[in-house]
Amino acid sequence: MAAGKEIRTQIGSIKNTQKITSAMEMVAASKMRKAQERMSASQPYARQIRNVVGHIANANPEYRHDYMVDREVKRVGFIVVSTDRGLCGGLNANLFKAVLKDAKAWQDKGVELDFCALGAKASGFFRKYGGRLVSATSGMGEAPEIEDLIGSVKVMLEAYDAGQLDRLYVVHNQFVNTMTQKPAVRQLLPLSPDMGADNSQDEEHSRPANWDYLYEPDAKVLLDRLLVRFIESQVYQGVVENVACEQAARMIAMKSATDNAGDLIDELQLVYNKARQAAITQEISEIVGGAAAV
Amino acid sequence: MAKSFKCEIVSAEASIFSGAVEQVIAAGVMGDLGILPGHTPLLSELSPGPVRVIHDGGQEYHYYVTGGFIEVQPEVVTILADTAVRADDLDEAAAEEARQHALKELNDSNADLDYSRASSELAEAVAQLRTIQQLRKKAGKG
Repeated sequence: MAAGKEIRTQIGSIKNTQKITSAMEMVAASKMRKAQERMSASQPYARQIRNVVGHIANANPEYRHDYMVDREVKRVGFIVVSTDRGLCGGLNANLFKAVLKDAKAWQDKGVELDFCALGAKASGFFRKYGGRLVSATSGMGEAPEIEDLIGSVKVMLEAYDAGQLDRLYVVHNQFVNTMTQKPAVRQLLPLSPDMGADNSQDEEHSRPANWDYLYEPDAKVLLDRLLVRFIESQVYQGVVENVACEQAARMIAMKSATDNAGDLIDELQLVYNKARQAAITQEISEIVGGAAAV
Repeated sequence: MAKSFKCEIVSAEASIFSGAVEQVIAAGVMGDLGILPGHTPLLSELSPGPVRVIHDGGQEYHYYVTGGFIEVQPEVVTILADTAVRADDLDEAAAEEARQHALKELNDSNADLDYSRASSELAEAVAQLRTIQQLRKKAGKG
């Protein structure tokens, strides 16, 4: 029964793995709920500030901020939001594929690229891939704070201010539902006028073509601060959404791992039972044969 | 019914208030702003302080923001607050303590303190107290 014993230990070890994956599934499920709450809590702010910035972009400001001017594109920056840990299915792989696709399109046009990695997996990826990584932040945990990102975002914004970057994108996973997350590449800078268009249906009053705000204290100071805040909040929203995606993807990945382990155990159990039955049959026939010979 | 407009107060963490109002009074960096329906488009930074919202029916509600931005459109006012709380939740004792603490730090010249941080702490505590006193006055009056 040597084969039988081997199969039994194999079943035992798969059962242990199954216990771990099902525990991870349950942990991810409860973390996902919290992450989703956090995501929806930060959404109103991100949406409102996007509306306001959309209005500014549509207005006819006396002062054109650098962030609103479309420049000739020589160098593009990508802020790539990834997870810190693995075991979440193809979440990061799909995201990096989307980044590479965009990156290749730019490179074909002779445009150079800078990357900013948020999350350990992204820094690891760019270390291997060899892109020019200008800033990286990792270890933001499950409840990222806006302060965690300010440093990395500032590096990119400073590069933009200095004219080293002509365009800035943020790449993160979008939470469609628990089963589906899809990578999204969004343009942050320069601001495009259609940015606030997604939910401005109640705003479409006939408005004179060249209106402008009153600014307090003055347009430059105000826009400087507001737009930096805007970029930070958009990146933050991306990071929070990505955390929810991570937990959902992990939950799904662990669920299928648990299911697969169950299938494997069933199959092995069948093989084991057959082997045991065969051994018993053989023993009986041996005994019967022995008795007949006597 | 008096003329009203829509007001939204959001902070980075949550949506604080959304609804029809008659008037909004907020503390801008250049002084208090009172906004009535049909105000010309305005964009301003807010300093820490109270935001008073007068609802459609005339009731007055107080909020406290630690800074942020206000955007005024003819039909809608948006307040992007750094952090906002319902003023009823403010604790006067805690605010007073914070003010004393900030003052002490400012006066204590020996310590290697961060002047800008201490003064912003002080401004915040004073603004909180201002909000509470406003509430108090209203309660005494009514």
